Amino acid sequence: MILALSACVVVVVALLWEVIAPQLALWRSRRRAGRRRVGSVVEYDPGRERRAEQRARNLVRSCVNDEEWAMYRDLGFLRVWGRCARGPGDGEGESRRGAPYAYLIYPHKPIIAFVPQTGQLLSEYCVEFPDLDRPYGSARLPDSDDVLAKWMALTGDERRLIASANMHLPGRQVDPVAVRRDLWRLGRWEQARLQREQTDAGSVSA
Amino acid sequence: MRLLRMKPGHGEVVIAEGDVEVPAQEQELVEAFRAQLDAGMWAAVPTTGSGGRREAELVRSFEEVPRDAERVIFFPRAAGGGC
Repeated sequence: MILALSACVVVVVALLWEVIAPQLALWRSRRRAGRRRVGSVVEYDPGRERRAEQRARNLVRSCVNDEEWAMYRDLGFLRVWGRCARGPGDGEGESRRGAPYAYLIYPHKPIIAFVPQTGQLLSEYCVEFPDLDRPYGSARLPDSDDVLAKWMALTGDERRLIASANMHLPGRQVDPVAVRRDLWRLGRWEQARLQREQTDAGSVSA
Repeated sequence: MRLLRMKPGHGEVVIAEGDVEVPAQEQELVEAFRAQLDAGMWAAVPTTGSGGRREAELVRSFEEVPRDAERVIFFPRAAGGGC
């Protein structure tokens, strides 16, 4: 009798296990997935990113002068004149005879040093401003904040920024053909701006 | 004076705001400033030079911030990129 009852109990438990085990596995996997979703994944929100970029553009506009803002708005990059006497990163004081070189600042690309008179590319400076707090899951600043950070660091303490960067020969990351095309675009843009200003001045005086 | 900080996914946020001529508010600004430097930020003060030239001044302490500065912008310190 006891043997028969034991056999029945074993059969019932086995049958129940067959029913319950898949439910248990499903519950466990849902719980694990739920933990992952809450803990580490922040969903990408294109609207938030656009608003962040708009704020960053307004901040750039409030910091740079009208010409630089127009350059960034129209061409997508900024030019900053170098100040070291013997070239980028030189430690022997600032140049007093005009800028022998300049930089092009692109969002999330290396800073390009070049000679304005000849268009010769000197070097690329790879530098980032990673926010390790990662407030929305990314350490990457909005494009215009990245440009403004480079602009502030270059105009505020050029040597400190250049010392923090990884220097490479031109062409490692940014296509030299594209940079030369941008320098050509910059030249045309400056000519057009100058002509506009002369026209405006002429119409005012007349 | 306003202390602003650049943030990924957001743009700048106001960390603190106050009048440096009011001691209590200045103390709050100093503490917020130090907290940002301790968090590894660089601090820059946008300025307008002679002839309207715009530039920035990187400052390493609150004492270096001009008293008449309208804002200080904090951004993550530069690191050599992986590019």
